[in-house]
Amino acid sequence: MNDTPRAPLDEPHATPGHARRSRAKLLEALRKPSRSQLAGAVLLGLLGFAMVTQVNSNRQDDTYAGLRSSDLVQLLNGLNAEARRADKEIADLEQTRSQLSDSTQRRQAALKRATEESTTLGILAGTLPAQGPGIRIEVTDPKDKVTLNNLLDGVEELRAAGAEAIEFNNDVRVVAQTSFEDAERGVVVDGRRISAPYVIDVIGNPDTLATTLDFIGGFSFDVKASDGNVKVKKLDNVKITTVTKPGSPDFASSADGQ
Amino acid sequence: MIAAIGLVVGILLGLVLTPDVPQWLEPYLPIAVVAALDAVFGALRAFLDGIFNDKVFVISFVSNVVIAALIVFLGDKLGVGAQLSTGVVVVLGIRIFSNVAAIRRHIFHA
Repeated sequence: MNDTPRAPLDEPHATPGHARRSRAKLLEALRKPSRSQLAGAVLLGLLGFAMVTQVNSNRQDDTYAGLRSSDLVQLLNGLNAEARRADKEIADLEQTRSQLSDSTQRRQAALKRATEESTTLGILAGTLPAQGPGIRIEVTDPKDKVTLNNLLDGVEELRAAGAEAIEFNNDVRVVAQTSFEDAERGVVVDGRRISAPYVIDVIGNPDTLATTLDFIGGFSFDVKASDGNVKVKKLDNVKITTVTKPGSPDFASSADGQ
Repeated sequence: MIAAIGLVVGILLGLVLTPDVPQWLEPYLPIAVVAALDAVFGALRAFLDGIFNDKVFVISFVSNVVIAALIVFLGDKLGVGAQLSTGVVVVLGIRIFSNVAAIRRHIFHA
């Protein structure tokens, strides 16, 4: 601290002449450098240097450089709290995500099951094309003596042997609701007239299906008795492409409990 | 004249060299600069009062800087560094203002 006596703020000697003298003194000091200014020069140089250095270091990006350890600890605490909050949020969000993915998986599993079931039911109900091992039966009827009953018996036998899909002449799919009617030179199946030679495609176990037609008193027997002929071919892959239109029931509705 | 040249040379040196403030000096340099400013303005006022003495100036400059740094250092050790440096800056600021007021009255008679 400068040991100069401090004048009160309302200095009595602040007169115009005094001000002139002061300015003259300053100018003289600037014009005539004295040796006593040397120390002041060194110190002022030091001050300028330090000032510029400080200003420069302040301008750098050092938000935390000048902080005391207590401030840093406080900052760190704040950041830690924030990190904890963020962690908690992450955990919450992960939980939500796993819940959602769980429910999605459940839904997908249910959907897959439903799709499989619908495929199975569609094949059995005849609303979907089907393929698989089976047999092809060719029935010739040169004398027009194979009756509707013979064919119906054949269908029943095939069903009893586990036929999963039956198709007549590549034209009509035989399902539970299929109707059979007599007609001139042939039969009407589901409203479509088909005539000999009948080609019946059946999907099921080929051996069982083939055997079941050959029982005495069975389909082959009956057709042969009517002067027709039955040829059974076992196939690795029978394709049944015709489908029936699914009809919605008018009277029945699903009952509870299943 | 020499004093002004010294100031200019110091500023230029700082601008050219752009030294990094060492870690241990970081909390003290700003306070030291303010204390030195106070000493310089006090010296200028003493000069205008006609009682300037270069020895007194050197001692007051150095002791100002050292005491300011010491106060900050002590404050850091006591855990009130931030508050104490604020206090030092306030006190030195008031002194600078009063010194500059006296200088202004000397030069401009106002």
